[in-house]
Amino acid sequence: MSEYIEHDKNGLSVGIVEKKFFTFARPPKEMTLENGSALGPVTLTYETYGELNPDRSNAVLIMHALSGDSHAAGCYSKDDAKPGWWEIMVGPGKGIDTDKYFIVCSNILGSCMGSTGPGSINPKTGKAFGLDFPVVTIGDMVTAQKALIDHLGIERVLSVVGGSIGGLQVLEWCLRYPEVVVSAIPLATTPKHSALTIAFNEVARQAIMADPNWNKGDYYNGAKPDLGLAVARMIGHITYLSDESMRHKFGRRLQDRSDFSFNFDADFQVESYLRYQGSKFVERFDANSFLYITKAADYFDLTRQYDSGSLVKAFSRAMAKFLVVSFTSDWLYPTYQSKAMVKAMKKNDLDVSFCEIEADWGHDAFLLPNERLTALMKGFLERVYNETAR
Amino acid sequence: MKPRDSEIRFDLQIIASWIEPGSKVLGLGCGEGDLLHFLKKNRRVTCTGIERNEDKVAKCIERGLTVLQGDINEEVLDYPDDAFDYVILSQTLQQIYEPGELVRSMLRIGKRGVVSFPNFSHWSVRLQLLTTGRAPITKQLPYDWHDTPNIRVIALKDFRRFSRETGFSILREVAINTDHHEKSGNIIKVFANLRATYGVFLIGNNKG
Repeated sequence: MSEYIEHDKNGLSVGIVEKKFFTFARPPKEMTLENGSALGPVTLTYETYGELNPDRSNAVLIMHALSGDSHAAGCYSKDDAKPGWWEIMVGPGKGIDTDKYFIVCSNILGSCMGSTGPGSINPKTGKAFGLDFPVVTIGDMVTAQKALIDHLGIERVLSVVGGSIGGLQVLEWCLRYPEVVVSAIPLATTPKHSALTIAFNEVARQAIMADPNWNKGDYYNGAKPDLGLAVARMIGHITYLSDESMRHKFGRRLQDRSDFSFNFDADFQVESYLRYQGSKFVERFDANSFLYITKAADYFDLTRQYDSGSLVKAFSRAMAKFLVVSFTSDWLYPTYQSKAMVKAMKKNDLDVSFCEIEADWGHDAFLLPNERLTALMKGFLERVYNETAR
Repeated sequence: MKPRDSEIRFDLQIIASWIEPGSKVLGLGCGEGDLLHFLKKNRRVTCTGIERNEDKVAKCIERGLTVLQGDINEEVLDYPDDAFDYVILSQTLQQIYEPGELVRSMLRIGKRGVVSFPNFSHWSVRLQLLTTGRAPITKQLPYDWHDTPNIRVIALKDFRRFSRETGFSILREVAINTDHHEKSGNIIKVFANLRATYGVFLIGNNKG
């Protein structure tokens, strides 16, 4: 996902929010990961907005994508210029209404935004994990989120919501903890990574690993693999857009010049944009986390998981009510992938709604202001809330 | 016999009166979900809709309905046998390329089907063709020949013959006279094929 941190156009916000930490799986009760290894202690950074109601039935979990964090909405202080990454969707009266729901957003396991990841200190060595950090899966991320939810005293979750890699976690939640999830909103996502998606991720990872500063993941005391990570981000940004959106946004327009430079400067606006996005990203993101999270996403395959072999069998475990949304110009997780899971849900007699939103902005459409998406989510959440309250 | 639920169109009122409370319904080409919303609210019906148009799908979901965006001819194929008590095809049969296939699918995934369509043998249609010599345009079929979604013209009599040829039964049949937007209308019993603007049919598989 890109960064489209925007203020709400009506100025509505959940206000001042606070970053919190939850540490669990302290040795000897470490968390057992899908690859068989043990990890602990594990810390998740998280934020909550709104109030948990007395019967604890209004909790909504927000899952972030590759480069996101726990800061989905609000600001940390009065002087904080940047609100959370989904400020346009999360707040009073918005698609995910903080006046009605208790919202939890945590940073995923393996990330670098406060939760335990490859950049955290390995208690056994006193140094950063680097590649000693175990390869985690989407399932491991969800298991960690479940520990947080248990800690918060939430037994049933009204809805699990997320786009892109956040959507993978949404689907995982529905199959891993079916009795916990009342409803789910997987946005711009897929039941398994396609060869195209894996290919893009692999090129991005290779860019990081080809940077001499990467040093097999051991760079926390020296120069970081910024060039590699920047190129990885540039590749990502191409996949988040679309042919159409790039034509609109850049075309062949030149950047700050009227003719070609006849050297290898960023002549075109699209080149300049990608370079800028790449250089901005390295200031806030850890290259190893990029490797771990993209690998987790590539491994994700609901048909392989749960020994099912078929998507229909995989969804036979699910009990949630679904709202599946795709976007017409998304070529990273195209509509046919959403339709495949909708089909499997139908065959299992699940309550599923599906809408393909016409949007030119590619995969990133789910993060951009979109009245249609807001209205869909609002209506769906209201309905499941009313049906649950009955 | 006359339904009183006047918040929806008269033809939909007839359909609603046939649906058993608490049953499970699939609405094909459900539009903005007026019928499904009514059934859910007043008949405790569990319903799903299928609609092709994104704006209409969004409207349905916003008002709290379960609706899938897609082509009804394809979407019906995914459901297991007898997944629904009723499968409703309201005012859409005249737009279907392979009506026989669709009706068979409806009766595979549903125990009963409901089909309604504008009656092409209404006297006003006959009169227009006779007097003007041009393709008729009526309140029920308001499009010019070159921009109409309606690719089929069906008379009440034709549908009865279609049931015999396709091999399904008509369990119940009501012919009505109403304006498309009117919330009221009359049930036509005499010379229905000539006088009714719409036909509403409850269908099922042939016994045995």
